[in-house]
Amino acid sequence: MRTFDYARADTPEAAVAGFAQTGTRFIAGGTNLLDLMKLQIETPTRLVDISRLPLADIEEREDGGLTIGALVPNSDLAADKRVIAKYEMLSRALLAGASGQLRNKATTGGNLLQRTRCNYFYDTAAPCNKRAPGTGCAAIGGFNRIMAVLGTSDHCIASHPSDMAVAMRALDATLVTLRAEGGQRRIPIAEFHLPPGDTPHIETVLQPGELITHIELPPPPAGRQIYRKVRDRASYAFALVSVAGAVSVEDGRIASATLAFGGLGVMPWRDPAVERALIGQAPGSPAFEAAADALLAPAKGHGSNDFKIPLARRTLISCLRHLTGTSL
Amino acid sequence: MSEYQMNEKHAGMALDRGVQGVLGQPISRIDGLAKVTGTATYGLEHRIDNLAYGVAITAPIGKGRVTAIDTEAARRMPGVIDIIAGEASIPRETPVFGQKSAHGYDGKVESYGEIVGVAIADCFEAARAAAMAVVVTCVAEPGRFDIRDGEADAESPPEGALLPDTVIGDIDKAMGEAEVTLDVTYTTPPQVHAAMEPHGTIASWEGDRLTIRAPVQIVGGAIPVIAATLGIVAENIRVLTPYIGGGFGGKTMSADIILAAVAAKRTGRTVKVPLSRQQIFHVTYGRSDTIQRVRLGADRAGKLSAVGQDSLVGQKAGASQFFEPVALGAVALYAGANRSFTTRTAQVNLTARGPVRAPGEAVGMIGMECAMDEMAAKLGLDPIAFRKANEPEVDPSTGSPFSSRRLIECYDEGARRFGWADRRKRREGDWLIGHGMATASRVNFLAKSAARVRLGADGRALIETDMTDLGTGTYTILAQVAGESLGLPIGSVDVHLGDSDFPTGAGSGGSFGAASSASSVALACEDVVVELARRMGADPADMTLKDGHAISGNRRVSLAELVGGSPIEGMGTIQPGSTGQAFSQSTHGAHFAEIGVNAVTGEIRVRRMLAVFDCGRVLNHKTARSQAIGGMIWGIGYALHEHAVVDTRTGAYVNRDLAEYHVPTNADVPQIEAYFVEEIDRHANPVGAKGLGEAGISGAAAVVANAIHDACGVRVRDFPITADKLLEGLPPV
Repeated sequence: MRTFDYARADTPEAAVAGFAQTGTRFIAGGTNLLDLMKLQIETPTRLVDISRLPLADIEEREDGGLTIGALVPNSDLAADKRVIAKYEMLSRALLAGASGQLRNKATTGGNLLQRTRCNYFYDTAAPCNKRAPGTGCAAIGGFNRIMAVLGTSDHCIASHPSDMAVAMRALDATLVTLRAEGGQRRIPIAEFHLPPGDTPHIETVLQPGELITHIELPPPPAGRQIYRKVRDRASYAFALVSVAGAVSVEDGRIASATLAFGGLGVMPWRDPAVERALIGQAPGSPAFEAAADALLAPAKGHGSNDFKIPLARRTLISCLRHLTGTSL
Repeated sequence: MSEYQMNEKHAGMALDRGVQGVLGQPISRIDGLAKVTGTATYGLEHRIDNLAYGVAITAPIGKGRVTAIDTEAARRMPGVIDIIAGEASIPRETPVFGQKSAHGYDGKVESYGEIVGVAIADCFEAARAAAMAVVVTCVAEPGRFDIRDGEADAESPPEGALLPDTVIGDIDKAMGEAEVTLDVTYTTPPQVHAAMEPHGTIASWEGDRLTIRAPVQIVGGAIPVIAATLGIVAENIRVLTPYIGGGFGGKTMSADIILAAVAAKRTGRTVKVPLSRQQIFHVTYGRSDTIQRVRLGADRAGKLSAVGQDSLVGQKAGASQFFEPVALGAVALYAGANRSFTTRTAQVNLTARGPVRAPGEAVGMIGMECAMDEMAAKLGLDPIAFRKANEPEVDPSTGSPFSSRRLIECYDEGARRFGWADRRKRREGDWLIGHGMATASRVNFLAKSAARVRLGADGRALIETDMTDLGTGTYTILAQVAGESLGLPIGSVDVHLGDSDFPTGAGSGGSFGAASSASSVALACEDVVVELARRMGADPADMTLKDGHAISGNRRVSLAELVGGSPIEGMGTIQPGSTGQAFSQSTHGAHFAEIGVNAVTGEIRVRRMLAVFDCGRVLNHKTARSQAIGGMIWGIGYALHEHAVVDTRTGAYVNRDLAEYHVPTNADVPQIEAYFVEEIDRHANPVGAKGLGEAGISGAAAVVANAIHDACGVRVRDFPITADKLLEGLPPV
């Protein structure tokens, strides 16, 4: 049997201190880690259970934003009245993910660390640079319908599966962590996830033992919000393409725009060029097409996922119409 | 002992004289409470002391040889009892329908993930870790991982095949002469059963006697295979399978039964061997992909002169003579003098291909019913009118009369209920709304089935047969048949199923279970009724049985009193006979659907489905409806979701879990209605029911596809229909 030690942390400080030895993983909801352990994709030697830490509250901030405890279950976050009222895209993204049972267990912090659903990552007999660095990438040249078209490298084309993280990216969330050596760190979500490059097994900037304790949301963006998820079936399917965004229009011009994308990228995807193409422009097809051009110029299909590029264009344009109240 | 062979139309029985009023009633499943409260014990759930656990060790190549199996590290792991690997006793895979025994390990690998051994340990986690720690070294060889690779030497159906090739007249000539023709190719992908309950076995030996607890659909069919593989006599095998969490054709046999028996024998322990979801994809059989060429030729009025469906399917080399009988539903469906329904089977290095819910019709009716829709459009005819114009008087392929066929009523009743005449293609916001219809046809079988009915001193009836209930409602309908025959309320009938010590029933498969087992129970009840009449001193035909009493003339005597100290036992056996050939037997139906296609993204959402079936006598309107709508939901899956993707580099299934192998979720299932046109079909079997379990699937994927075409104008011939296949044909955003 593959045995592992199990320790339950009573305080965040104890959790971090308990991370001393290599092979340690924090476990909260376990909705991703336990599956991966059963398949021996993850083989920790020590689990530090953080699920009982007092990090399950949602609090309003003075600046009008929210501070969300890392252990707030996805279901609770989605149903929070303040989230529904001010961060509609986040509530919708959460409810578009997984199933009711999973959302009850999955946590806010854990969701940001969700690992890819790449079919070959899950197949321990297949080469995979993310799972077993240096073995190659079976998805390149294989069945890659669900893989990424943005941010890929010759080493990895796995897509990031989270819906919630896409909304967090559009909302400019900041992660608050407790470092292994003590002391807080604040990490803007833009800097949190890492592209695969030649180290696809390194997915975030978190250091060993560093614990996400809170997620801070700044005041909500101006304008109408959306989370649009396109998927193969109506529930319990990962995004082919998803769009999280908010756009405001003033005096017939787009005054502000924030847009992030799921299903397309190796991480929750946001490209400032998309927003630049919109701001200051009159809402309408020319601006929307330009935004789609900006988003998809660097996109690269790998065969069975080529369709994501035209699908993303169509979905983005449709979302922008909705967000700006522009009819066909 | 009432035995009946279906050599002629059955004349009716005690069941038909019954006045209890339970037959056909929409009674909730009598096993439902146990299931929803978790007290119904499924195969792997039996708590047995001192249980050991086995986990299969598999070879990670699609074709080639195993050169070494290193078990050293695994043997040293804590909790490990033994590792059996690289021995001939290890079954390489599940013997598929038609295969007499499992292939034993011989160093060769003919499909991805074949079994090479089993790791046995004191707990499941230890066994799993040990199985994964065994190093299986292989040399891979080039394999055939696509049915097209085997097209050149593909084989025609063997002698005695369920679906022999049917070639009548000259279809090429007829196509050349027809005023309007259609010649199209439809393809469907490999599919798996995806039953909620995974495969798994608990095996124990007492001396030479083996007890197997496992989900087994057809007990009488599995035992000879188990016996032949293990080299023991069938009489020494007992199979217990009272509850099954979905079979769909995939639980006629499973490699874990053999693995558990071998492991239990070797270790002297009772051993539980569960298959992981990933293993189920590779070591149990699935459905072949199909390439179907459909040809239709007609005059301008829509009268067909040419009908053809010629297919290429695959089977694992050396596995079985079973092949996906693509044309099974279409061969007797439409008139047309020149006909070609043929199947070629390519030998491939893919997991064995066996029965998966509605073998033949599930995928074959996609090709035929979509092509009929295409042809109706070409002819400018309403699709129902086109079908009616080609409704045959007798089976157009064999010339035999139909045992019953009320398809026209299904069209008319369905069209009326659905509002077919008033359908309106339209756009609602981003959604393009369209409608479609398709025909259902599923061949009707009867299988030999025996049951014992015992009326006890307490006035309760006990039914015993090794017939199974996959979640279909067998327990309930058998209680209804006995209740109606013997005049007992449903609560006074006990039903014991799934034990090979009981009389051999038909088992569940091919939609023959309900009619076959219900006939055997009805026949057994005949014996009981005759004896009750004797004790009453009455003629059976003049005696009324109701509410636990026999009534004859002015006398009303309780059954308990009539039984007294001598319980009455009846044995009923039904056997198929010549009516199976003399009459063309099928369940028929008509499907209707309304679909939305998102004009931006190509997402497809079924909005409503409705079907009307001609399925003979309905034994329970609630479980029948559940069967029908369940089939229709599988149809949604075949249209939109199900696709076991093969990586043609390795022969492995890529999406081997239920997160990535999609079946419909609740959110994908719309308002569904199912109705029945009832008729007691006495040519089919004594109770007059026809198969329903698979009829709902037949044509259900086609109706979705036809409605998609109506909605957005895109005709997809490569299934499943996913958003990416519609994108190019959608309006610009």
